[in-house]
Amino acid sequence: MAAMRMREALNAALREEMERDESVVLMGEDIAVFEGAFKVTQGLMDQFGERRVRDTPISENTIVGTGVGAAMAGLRPVVELMTVNFSLLAFDQIINHAAAIPYMFNGQVRVPLVIRMPGGGGHQLGPTHSHSFEAMFLQIPGLLVACPSTAADGKGLLKAAIRDDNPVIFVEHETLYGIRGEVPDDPDHIVDFGSAAVRREGGDVTIIGILKMAHEAERAAETLASEHGIEAEVIDPRTLRPLDLDTILESVRKTNRVVIVEEGWPHGGVGANLAALIQEQAFDHLDAPIQRVTGADVPMPYSKRLEQSAIPHPEHVVSAVLETMIGAKPRA
Amino acid sequence: MADEEQTSEVRTPAGVLNSSRGRELPDGETSRELLRQMALIRRFEEEAGRQYQRAKAGGFLHLAIGEEATIVGTTSVMAPDDYLIGTYRTHGHAIARGTDPKNVMAELFGREDGTARGRGGSMHIFDGDRRFMGGYGIVGGNLPIAAGLALASDYKGTDDVTVCMFGDGASNTGNFGETMNLAALWSLPIVFLVENNLYGMGTAIERHSAVTDLSHKAEGLGVPGERVDGQDVVAIRECVADHLEIARRDRRPTLVEAFTYRYRGHSAADPEVYRDKHEVEEWQRRDPIEIFARRLIEAGTITEDDLASIREQVEAEVLEAVEFADASPEPPLDSLYDNLYVFEKEHEGWYAVDERTPDPFRGEREREAAEDERVRELHEAGAAYGGQSPRSGGGSGEGPAEETDAPADSAQSEEEGEVDAEQAAESRQQGPGGIG
Ligand SMILES: Cc1ncc(C[n+]2csc(CCOP(=O)(O)OP(=O)(O)O)c2C)c(N)n1
Ligand SMILES: [Mg+2]
Repeated sequence: MAAMRMREALNAALREEMERDESVVLMGEDIAVFEGAFKVTQGLMDQFGERRVRDTPISENTIVGTGVGAAMAGLRPVVELMTVNFSLLAFDQIINHAAAIPYMFNGQVRVPLVIRMPGGGGHQLGPTHSHSFEAMFLQIPGLLVACPSTAADGKGLLKAAIRDDNPVIFVEHETLYGIRGEVPDDPDHIVDFGSAAVRREGGDVTIIGILKMAHEAERAAETLASEHGIEAEVIDPRTLRPLDLDTILESVRKTNRVVIVEEGWPHGGVGANLAALIQEQAFDHLDAPIQRVTGADVPMPYSKRLEQSAIPHPEHVVSAVLETMIGAKPRA
Repeated sequence: MADEEQTSEVRTPAGVLNSSRGRELPDGETSRELLRQMALIRRFEEEAGRQYQRAKAGGFLHLAIGEEATIVGTTSVMAPDDYLIGTYRTHGHAIARGTDPKNVMAELFGREDGTARGRGGSMHIFDGDRRFMGGYGIVGGNLPIAAGLALASDYKGTDDVTVCMFGDGASNTGNFGETMNLAALWSLPIVFLVENNLYGMGTAIERHSAVTDLSHKAEGLGVPGERVDGQDVVAIRECVADHLEIARRDRRPTLVEAFTYRYRGHSAADPEVYRDKHEVEEWQRRDPIEIFARRLIEAGTITEDDLASIREQVEAEVLEAVEFADASPEPPLDSLYDNLYVFEKEHEGWYAVDERTPDPFRGEREREAAEDERVRELHEAGAAYGGQSPRSGGGSGEGPAEETDAPADSAQSEEEGEVDAEQAAESRQQGPGGIG
């Protein structure tokens, strides 16, 4: 075990996989000489050279498409998109191509491609740089979607993503790059896709949170325990596709109450999807309507106060839990 | 267009530029105004950088210091009804178009009197009244929009021209190629102007573009171009005037490549590992404001005293803008949903599912109204994090768990401002450290 930041854990995963497998190549804007907008690729060009760590022009759709082609022909490209908002320029290659090709050509070819992208709000970057698109990627059949919230998961999931033969959307949260945690040294430390982490055990309510909201859920759980005597079980799904629904349902059968927290928009969100799955599978076990805590239903505003008001915080989670516990509309 | 015979060589640190542009000074009044505007933008940008260090402005801050001649030369020959559209580096473009620096500064501060009431921030300045059709945070996103503006002008039969400014890096986007072809095919009245400052973020032009003479990059798509010295305001002016004329009269798009340079980092947090200090210094010796001021003094258009008084005047104007921005109120929380939709006609149905504002949308009559008081309190609780978390680009270093422990960053005094700068630098080391 070693203590490291998320940024370093991701860097270690890339480094180890590149050392292990010659077919792993990195492509992205400003990842080589500049070492990445968030410094995740620091030192990699120096170690592996420009043949394997490639600066690209500002051409998102083409970068991803090049990754798709290279993957079809036997490489394992890891493409970095500078932020999730820029992935929108690459949606054609991601959805019409990366996700569809294995199916469309009846399995004759695979697309072992990883597309990394940091997202999330909180840094006053305004309506073109601050969003959370997990739900959009989650909707696309053919894609796997990972969203790590700890350094150890960051490393383990990224290594799993690189070794996987499917196209993987790997969502990072900008606020979490500096988060520190114990990370296994074992170069074969992998976090399997489809295995949720139970961050905290409790019998009264199940709180499900991803990325930064996994942390906010834990903080809310602490407040609920100390101030309200409520024991929450906190679950971080870690991957949205495949989804470890079994772990979630097991918890729901125990607590009978669910609150889902995400930073993205409410309409058609991660929570909307989870709520549908849970009520389909465990309706008889629910004692209250499932509550969702989401980002505000607006493009992210720049003003610091407006932006913070548009992002969920532990207070919102506590309030939602109290509502699901006693049906009351308590004060925050 | 430039007359081959009279071409002279202009030496820039990036090579020799052949140009016959900019030989003749404009009249005295125009010249003084060009100088004043460039000096105003320079001073505004310096101050914006300082206010960013003091955490008054957040997000990413992209300064155009060094590029003032390209901006002012261009806008100075545009007609009032011509459209201008640009990038995330456009505080100066708006100011040159006539937007009050006070409102631009207030936008950087995220305040009620900002150009977009704090919604857009530094990267998204807009002033419809002056036909500054926006700064855009998505590289290349403004190019097709420019084509649309020009299409509307053409369709309506006006002779307004659209000027579309973008960077060298943006010339690699799909939007560049697609827009050039369409604009040429449809004979749209556009002047494309690439502000070639030799870098797209931390990647030098030779590392990002196969063709580095950008004036020719769109030729195969039907858009011919001309390279001009972007540090010479007179040359730019003359060149853009000719190209505006081509668009207005001949109804066809052309491209101007202005050879320029940004002195500061890509954004305020850029450590600039990709270029060496000497290169920056070399460009600073051809400073657009300095060379133009010297030229005007030599020509007897202005005196040293005039220059000093211009500097004093812009200094006062910029400090006033800061004061104004600082005094402007924060946008109210219940304005969060303003302008998300136009509600002129009443539609039934739910528009949104969010309780942050007690009465967000019509059509939600069926929804069980949440208690106003509780909604307001939760909304406030969220917004309160805005007074606690460290400023953009820097988490506290340990992610959300520490956000509330981080120091308040509203600098009240100069000394506190310095502390903030240190904290900002520290948090950039440890936090997300984004440099977009
Ligand atoms: C589609 C998209 N990709 C990437 C970015 C991140 N980014 C912001 S500015 C920039 C460099 C742009 O360089 P250039 O076009 O030369 O303009 P300059 O900043 O030099 O004025 C990059 C890569 C972005 N904003 N949008
Ligand atoms: Mg550039």
